Amino acid sequence: MVGSLVFDFFVFPGLLFTLAAGILASWVVRKVSALIQWRVGPPLLQPAYDIAKLFGKENIIPKGGAEWSYIIAPLLGPAGLLLASIILVNSNYLGTSFIGDVIVVLYLLVLPALSVVVGGMSTGNSLSAMGSNRELRLMVSYELPLLLAVTAAIVKSGGLKLAIFTARPVAASVSGALGFIAALLCIQAELGFIPFDTPEAETELMGGPLIEYSGPLLGLYKISNLMALLVLPLFLVTVFLGGFSTGWGALWGAIKYLLVLVGIILIKNTNPRLRSDQALKFFWYGAAPLALIALILAVVGDLIGIGWV
Amino acid sequence: MNWKSWGISKSPWLYHVNTGSCNNCDIEIVDCLTPKFDVERFGGKLVGSPRHADVLMVTGPMTRKSKPRFERILEASAKPFIVAAVGTCACSKGMFHDAYNCIGPVRKVTEALDEEIMVLNIPGCPPRPEAIIDGLVTGLNQLKEVKL
Repeated sequence: MVGSLVFDFFVFPGLLFTLAAGILASWVVRKVSALIQWRVGPPLLQPAYDIAKLFGKENIIPKGGAEWSYIIAPLLGPAGLLLASIILVNSNYLGTSFIGDVIVVLYLLVLPALSVVVGGMSTGNSLSAMGSNRELRLMVSYELPLLLAVTAAIVKSGGLKLAIFTARPVAASVSGALGFIAALLCIQAELGFIPFDTPEAETELMGGPLIEYSGPLLGLYKISNLMALLVLPLFLVTVFLGGFSTGWGALWGAIKYLLVLVGIILIKNTNPRLRSDQALKFFWYGAAPLALIALILAVVGDLIGIGWV
Repeated sequence: MNWKSWGISKSPWLYHVNTGSCNNCDIEIVDCLTPKFDVERFGGKLVGSPRHADVLMVTGPMTRKSKPRFERILEASAKPFIVAAVGTCACSKGMFHDAYNCIGPVRKVTEALDEEIMVLNIPGCPPRPEAIIDGLVTGLNQLKEVKL
């Protein structure tokens, strides 16, 4: 029992697997972006080199900052994503699922953004405080449509367990497809990719909340980004696209994951950055009504018993 | 092989410091990031904060006004890092050799502050992007054997 728990946490769906898969996913993001921009792009292990280098550098703690939250905040993101990854992969792969694990995963996925906010606020730097402010505003904008879309999927599949979602793809219906589109846009913002990268805007805020971080703590934020690249598209695949299973099902699941990832990269590389207020308007007046329509359609379809609505 | 310097040679994050240059070298540094030259092939990318920097790309002959700012950037950077003096002005002051308002070259200033900071000279007026990438890669390959 303890042995399998340790294995779960540190080897297969846990630390090692998430890190390795995250490094590959991050390389895919950078390589595909490079190809779109007609460049060659970085070598395969570049994200691993970056993290190895960051762990060998000096750790500077700024004078005017809040020391404890500055050190603890970077740990929150990887911890939450690690747990989310274990729950997601195990419910797909082994079918071990408990009632309400969708809600647990949704809460765990808030942690990375929250860790950036707390870390940025505790540096004592005005630029990073502004970045944290923007991150918080972005969180307020994308959480509403994401929750509405996931609620539509819950109504559609008829249960609060992740294992139920994988039985039949939710996106194979009108409400599911609408919810998937809304959720994909929210995931884009949650990953901090263009067009929703106002918190980390390199050209105006110089890296935003992370401006004062250096060395291992910055490396932890990079690890959190890598893991998010694995976990968030996997969450979409599980909830909307039918997840994956053992054997050939794992290959099919990997193809679905890669398709979602490449879709996110294409949106990233073909759009300009939105201002904070434009992003808020986009999510509240654009994506949230879309997700609401999906929810209403799902409820109506459930009441009158039509499967494809 | 020292693993810290190996890490820096594998993923050099560049931070751009202008100490009074005429903007020519700055444009050539930005050229290195364009699709044609693509310094990301070697893991390099431009960062906005000296806390993230591994290579400080210094241009210009170090005017009196810019020296204290440059020293503050050196203090703010996370160790270990190296300094790359890009352009003839940064390497040897060039045509500003006898100028009263320039106290370069870069190596003199870094040595006065801390003798252990390594300085990589990339001469040229301005150095072509190929020359900058060549100098950077050659220097970083030699860096692997050095303990920082």
